[in-house]
Amino acid sequence: MNAPLTVEKANLSPKDFATDQEVRWCPGCGDYAILKAVQKTLADIGAQPATTVFVSGIGCAARFPYYVETFGFHTIHGRAPAVATGVKLANPELDVWVVGGDGDMLSIGGNHLMHALRRNVDLNILLFNNEIYGLTKGQYSPTSRVGTRSPSTPKGSIDRPLSALNMALGIGARFVARAIDTQQKALPGILEAAWRHKGASLVEIIQNCIVYNDEAFAAFTERSVEADAQVHVVHGQPLIFGKERDKRLKRSENGYGLEVAPLGEGDPLIHDQTDRVLAGMLAALEPPMPVAVGILLDDPAETSWERAVRAQDAAERRPDADLGAVMRRGATWTA
Amino acid sequence: MALARPDESDERRLTKRAARETAVVRFAGDSGDGMQLTGAHFTLATAVSGSDLATFPDFPAEIRAPVGTTYGVSAFQINFGARRIKTIGDRPDVLVALNPAALKVNLDDLADGAILLLDSGAFSERNLKKAGYVSDPRADGSLDRLRVVEMDMSALTKEALAGTGLTSREQLRCKNFFALGVVLWMFDRSRQPTIDWLKKKFADRPELAEANIMALDAGHTVAETAELQRMPAFEVGPAPMPQGLYRTVTGHEALSFGLVDGALKAGLPLVFCSYPITPASTLLHDLARLKQFDVTTFQAEDEIAAVAAAIGAAYAGSLGVTSSSGPGIALKGEAIGLAVATELPLVIVNSQRAGPSTGMPTKTEQSDLYQAVFGRNGDTPVVVLAARSPADCFEVAREAVRLAVHHMTPVILLTDGFLANASEPWLVPDIDAVPDFPVRFATADSGPFRPFERDARGVRPWARPGTPGLHHRIGGIEKQAGTGNISYDPANHQAMTDARWNKVLAVADEIPEQTVDQGDDEGALAIVGWGSTHGAISRAVTTQRARGHAVSHVHLRHIWPLPRNLGALLRRFDHVLVPEMNKGQLVTILRSEYLIDAKGLSKVTGKPFTIAELEDRIEAVLSPTLVMEKSA
Repeated sequence: MNAPLTVEKANLSPKDFATDQEVRWCPGCGDYAILKAVQKTLADIGAQPATTVFVSGIGCAARFPYYVETFGFHTIHGRAPAVATGVKLANPELDVWVVGGDGDMLSIGGNHLMHALRRNVDLNILLFNNEIYGLTKGQYSPTSRVGTRSPSTPKGSIDRPLSALNMALGIGARFVARAIDTQQKALPGILEAAWRHKGASLVEIIQNCIVYNDEAFAAFTERSVEADAQVHVVHGQPLIFGKERDKRLKRSENGYGLEVAPLGEGDPLIHDQTDRVLAGMLAALEPPMPVAVGILLDDPAETSWERAVRAQDAAERRPDADLGAVMRRGATWTA
Repeated sequence: MALARPDESDERRLTKRAARETAVVRFAGDSGDGMQLTGAHFTLATAVSGSDLATFPDFPAEIRAPVGTTYGVSAFQINFGARRIKTIGDRPDVLVALNPAALKVNLDDLADGAILLLDSGAFSERNLKKAGYVSDPRADGSLDRLRVVEMDMSALTKEALAGTGLTSREQLRCKNFFALGVVLWMFDRSRQPTIDWLKKKFADRPELAEANIMALDAGHTVAETAELQRMPAFEVGPAPMPQGLYRTVTGHEALSFGLVDGALKAGLPLVFCSYPITPASTLLHDLARLKQFDVTTFQAEDEIAAVAAAIGAAYAGSLGVTSSSGPGIALKGEAIGLAVATELPLVIVNSQRAGPSTGMPTKTEQSDLYQAVFGRNGDTPVVVLAARSPADCFEVAREAVRLAVHHMTPVILLTDGFLANASEPWLVPDIDAVPDFPVRFATADSGPFRPFERDARGVRPWARPGTPGLHHRIGGIEKQAGTGNISYDPANHQAMTDARWNKVLAVADEIPEQTVDQGDDEGALAIVGWGSTHGAISRAVTTQRARGHAVSHVHLRHIWPLPRNLGALLRRFDHVLVPEMNKGQLVTILRSEYLIDAKGLSKVTGKPFTIAELEDRIEAVLSPTLVMEKSA
């Protein structure tokens, strides 16, 4: 087994996490903002380039590792969570980040995302959701809304989109968050929380594709509407929002959903990031309801999967085990 | 009633036994009859007596087939002898059939005069009907060509176990040990190893141990007392075996030991990632029981995740191994390409089975050779090895590890459903006789780290995450030579494609030259085989050589790259014949590599070649008149 690595905090700046490679996303792509936030997060948490690994699949987002001055592995379409699982299995001491888009992680790689979350592998999974296939030139994706016109759906898409966060919650994920590419103040904090969470963390980052799906999220990300169209959830804080901070979320009459009510009449609902049911209700909010942003669920298990696997194996390990003796065990005879 | 066990030395004196050089016994019954266990114990007794042997289990694909049906028949075959045994035997000399279905399925395999030992108690009208018999084969003359020994094993077992307190059903479950007792007597084998095993196995339930031992003894006694009338008795002596400590081993057991030995010698933790598939799964099971070593096993969510996780583990500095059968290897293809592109070590085991598609999962074939050598997008060279026998799986697995980690390349190891499950005596090797081959990981040097800088053999460094100063990026996109940065430069792609290709070809510098397994290194005919056909080819060549034919046997372990001298060697023969359990895959490669007129011999029935089939073809090739007659 690899020796435990030094976990000394590195004193590096965000710039130290930039590589010498030219960043080749389209001008104005939301990925630039995410890259910046990730590099800041790495500096904030004192990440060591030597013990940090970025694993990605295929797609625009998956170019990410080339731009982060750590270990990086640009793998194949959809398989990043599976490769990352192997990395953690071999060396649980590494900090492993997984980066991919909605096509990569929810379509071709949906199965691996599902099982990484189910097993609770200690991975920080960043899902860049732009509701479109960018690198293959604009086809609709599993998160595209019904009616999306694209080269493959000229009359509009028919498939219903999936909610990445509700899917993750259904699978049993224990850290589920949503962030927005342009929110540079909030994003590093959410990423840091994902990193602190021991176990699988899924952060859906709403990301604008300026070329193929521009303004897809304008209804809740435009400066002029965002205060009324988003609710920022903070553990232990009331679920209130609005330009005037005058609206609150409350449980609907039948108890199964959330409704908007004016602040002042009745106690506001308090966010509890360990409440899976509340997280599910928040994750499901779509315009015209306010879109929930922040850490919806952060309820760590006692241990993460790879540590449990290693612990079980360690109990069976015999440093003095002799393969020759094992091969000679059982029914033998001498000629 | 408890039967006294007669003194075995007395018994030997009293019985006149026909000496035989070899014998093939097949135990057949319903899936629930315990035929595999019976076969395993007959094997143990035979092994302990010093005869050489080879075994193969043939069990149904159905987990719980309806009782008494032909598709629920489970069989176990053993070939043993006073000479070296190379195959499981073409045709059984003795068939033990515990129900009509077992008889029906296996009858055609019996040569005239073979011994058929029947449990007449199981030949009820109902069971005959279930097996699809319209008339009782015992009465309609269809068994006349055989030497039939009928015995009501069901009733005799129950009789022996009356008074044990076991229910009638429980008593009948001991029938297989009754049958074992009969056959042990027939070949003068000791019951003691089985008795010891039963006592250990049922230490918590001594009444069950006792009941099975009683059934075993009863079968033995009944056989002995029936002797004067009709019970055949044989003597098969010990074989000349190299001295040392032996055990029986299946291909997958040996393979699991070989992988662990390879990991130990490389100084690496073993991370084995797999997804269940027949007949590959037993390798996962075997390795899951070797956790006293630095072994981690991972049952992934699918075949792709299994290979991807193995690649991730290799990237992180462990020995990554994945395993499957043809359909699963097809799914892994893209990821194997990633390991080729990123030049990471990876061992991929393919336990081949009959294809295409689902094919016949429990039946053997060698039809994934093209897939192993060519089956990926792009120019994607990998090293391909093939094991020839259950015991050989040990060495080949260790060699696969060595080549993977020292050449930074995926290695595909081909076995098949036959090798995986077949067993043979194994002279347990001294693992210390082979030197360690420790891996040297890259460490921080002066200057920026260059992950695709090659050494003299064309091999790049292996840099583990966690190593200070070595952080770098790799991926499936074409990389610039040296730096590993993304590159679409035309000349660079040519250079990198050539480098990957030549690196794998250069493995031929570090593998042994091809030797001739049997016969001279020139002559009339070379039989070139690979994989599990070794035994049948070897025996056929021995026989033909004894008849004065200039036949030689060349058996390949290294499928890609091929041994340096192979082309020159094969050109020294007038004819080259390549028997394969496929439509002619190795033969195509040999023809294209060496421009020689090699001919194929194809068999895809799901069953191994018989010696007779190979001998027929050898004679046809060597006898021009016969060839002319056949083609006329």
